[in-house]
Amino acid sequence: MVKMMTDMLGWVDDRFPLTKLWNEHLAEYYAPKNFNFWYFFGSLALVVLVIQILTGIWLTMNYKPDAELAFASVEYIMRDVNWGWLIRYMHSTGASAFFIVVYLHMFRGLIYGSYRQPRELLWIFGMLIYLVLMGEAFMGYLLPWGQMSYWGAQVIISLFGAIPVIGDDITLWIRGDFVVSDVTLNRFFAFHVIAMPLVLLGLVVAHIIALHEVGSNNPDGIEIKKNKGPDGIPVDGIPFHPYYTVKDIVGVAVFLIFFSLVIFYWPTLGNWFLEKDNFIPANPLSTPEHIVPLWYFTPFYAILRAVPDKFLGVIAMGASIFVMFLLPWLDRSPVKSIRYRGMLYKMALIVFVISFFALGWLGTEPPSPVKTNFARLFSVLYFAFFLLMPIYTSFDKTKPEPDRVTS
Amino acid sequence: MTTDSVDDDKRRFIATAATTAVGVVGAGFVAVPFIKSMQPSEKAKAAGAPVETDISDVEPGKYKVVEWRGKPVWVLRRTKAMLASLSSNDASLRDPESKESDQPSYAQNEYRSIKPEYLVVIGICTHLGCSPTYRPDIAPEDLGPDWKGGYLCPCHGGRYDLAGRVFKDVPPPKNLPIPPHRYLSDTRLLIGADEGVA
Amino acid sequence: MNKFILVFVLSLLPVTSFASGSDSPLDKAKNDITDQASLQRGAKYFVNYCLSCHSASYMRYSRMAKDLGMSEDQVMANLMFAADKVGETMNVAMRKQDARNWFGTSAPDLSVVARSRGTDWLYTYLRSFYIDESRPFGVNNTVFKDVAMPDVLWALQGLQKPVYVKEKSHNSDEEHEVFKGFEIVQQGSMTKKEYDNTVRDLVNFIDYMGEPAQLQRKKVGPYVIIFLIIFLIVSYRMKKAFWKDIH
Repeated sequence: MVKMMTDMLGWVDDRFPLTKLWNEHLAEYYAPKNFNFWYFFGSLALVVLVIQILTGIWLTMNYKPDAELAFASVEYIMRDVNWGWLIRYMHSTGASAFFIVVYLHMFRGLIYGSYRQPRELLWIFGMLIYLVLMGEAFMGYLLPWGQMSYWGAQVIISLFGAIPVIGDDITLWIRGDFVVSDVTLNRFFAFHVIAMPLVLLGLVVAHIIALHEVGSNNPDGIEIKKNKGPDGIPVDGIPFHPYYTVKDIVGVAVFLIFFSLVIFYWPTLGNWFLEKDNFIPANPLSTPEHIVPLWYFTPFYAILRAVPDKFLGVIAMGASIFVMFLLPWLDRSPVKSIRYRGMLYKMALIVFVISFFALGWLGTEPPSPVKTNFARLFSVLYFAFFLLMPIYTSFDKTKPEPDRVTS
Repeated sequence: MTTDSVDDDKRRFIATAATTAVGVVGAGFVAVPFIKSMQPSEKAKAAGAPVETDISDVEPGKYKVVEWRGKPVWVLRRTKAMLASLSSNDASLRDPESKESDQPSYAQNEYRSIKPEYLVVIGICTHLGCSPTYRPDIAPEDLGPDWKGGYLCPCHGGRYDLAGRVFKDVPPPKNLPIPPHRYLSDTRLLIGADEGVA
Repeated sequence: MNKFILVFVLSLLPVTSFASGSDSPLDKAKNDITDQASLQRGAKYFVNYCLSCHSASYMRYSRMAKDLGMSEDQVMANLMFAADKVGETMNVAMRKQDARNWFGTSAPDLSVVARSRGTDWLYTYLRSFYIDESRPFGVNNTVFKDVAMPDVLWALQGLQKPVYVKEKSHNSDEEHEVFKGFEIVQQGSMTKKEYDNTVRDLVNFIDYMGEPAQLQRKKVGPYVIIFLIIFLIVSYRMKKAFWKDIH
């Protein structure tokens, strides 16, 4: 029996680098042994991606991408399709879960300097994944064809109209019609189901290849490859399989518990995951009192609204995402991890986190003079974190990095 | 290190086996909704629900068509002459006693029906799915002098008698299928359900 | 550092209350969706009072039978006036164009209204019609100003008028009218308590109708969580077993 399996494996290995891939990327990929809580979110992001693809495929079996039929088809899934309600809730909760996981994953990169040389390209692939993910979520949200779906899309697409000279032509081209309509719905469906997922998969593969090329960072921000044993293996490294495969499985179990608590007990999460207004079929003649994007977009929405000029607001919103791409080059600190940074950076990070949450909350609120002023304040602080980084990271008093990893 | 390693290995093995077992069970549980969701939905089941029809207006020798689950169901009112002619076909039939064909137990008889007078049959040829033509005429030119009435399928020449039974040496393998049905009264027929089913 | 972030995030949880977005004070519906008797009464009221104008086109009669503990024959006998087969959905006889001509707008489908408006809103709305001669049907509603819907339940509740009291506002001496409640002007067939319970039953049914799967969802939930906890325990022990030699 064992001989037959070994022979079969040999047959495959002669034609496809199966064992080689297994070793290079799992059994002999040496990762730092001090990964902590913040290191669960990469594998969790992969899990959520798989969940979204599986539930997405199953939803596509019954969803109808037609303005007359879309809303009803979602209710059909919720009521008439066996277990359809579960598949739908997994997908809607999964979308929000994706962003929670991805934001925590990005935050890990931030605090441990995982974007620093030689991992700049890894960070850029990650930022591209984030960008495509936002597009994917935006297009997916139009599909239920509720009031919020329709009007949210209307507002965001019209932002492109702010581009001088070509703006109106671009919005007409994106919509395929003079207003958001069945035409728009159909093409967003094509993008959401096929185009973006394929791009996302490609980027995720590139992201992992880039990671494995240079090796993982760790909470101490030191390079474990600098300290190899006589066998050529980093002394602070452990093989990803079995150590991190078994550890990540625990992470998945904990994640699934939270995931299931939401799905089975509170799928709407107040108004955060499934909005009330989206249970009203889209009506082009009636604008809801309060149009709000899903929570994961709200910080950027707040920045957009903080700027009094439409075009400059769009630029600011774009810049607030683009500036994240520049992180590897803005950070001039001699150390990578927050553990060895000084007070200047730690204070800047606290201000940044507060600003991000504050902007997120402000983005959900109807505007008022007071709130707009706060949005402006926090927008400035948000940008300051990045734009002043070359300065405060140069002056910051850092602690010496250790030679070996700590806990 | 090496002193405990046998114990450690055993612990690892048991823990892995336990986790794998629970994991496989979990995967099974998760698969169930996905697989079941592909079964007919409530809408499909409602659309496929039994159909009631009034048969009082069907004249002897004539039939009416009722749609059930997207298929044509013929309700043919047979004359006494038609019923008498059935047994004389037996020698030329592929399956005169309907042993290999599809019908509920109450239709596995010489008339293939509950009431001899009414044939309730699905009008889809068992060869490749065309809908046969009703040929009640006796001994027409194209069907020969022994033809006592029945159905002719235009696609590949399949021939059935007035109980939907298929003749030998034509392509179709089985008799025309009989759907589940029952009589709600002398004039009302329910197609798609037997006794005991709503 | 991380603890700070965790505390900060947790302290934001109350913000979820903002997301629900209701400004004026609404009475609490306090309906119990597991109360089948209440749901059955609610279904009866719905079919008798609402279904002539409003459709509930995503709700199947056969599903309702199953979830509410009734046989299909009972449903067909007592609850189906506008449909033939128990597998059909609760569509309405009135055509949209007629509705627009008679009422100015077509009555919205109520299948998911509990999810867009909320049960508290519905409960308060159905008890807040009052006499207003200036309106086409002689009634208005404190929850939905100038609503096109007539007061269909007036025979049960009776007719009422709003009571205002003059009050001074906090920061100035200006007086303005504050709504304090309703006063029955003409008795209906029910007492206030009976009527409130009737509306609660009706809202309970509409709540159920908004998401029939919620009954199954809440039933399955505990098993899933328990299973996942078991999985967490075994997988954690596996992790510990493998990591024993890592320091």
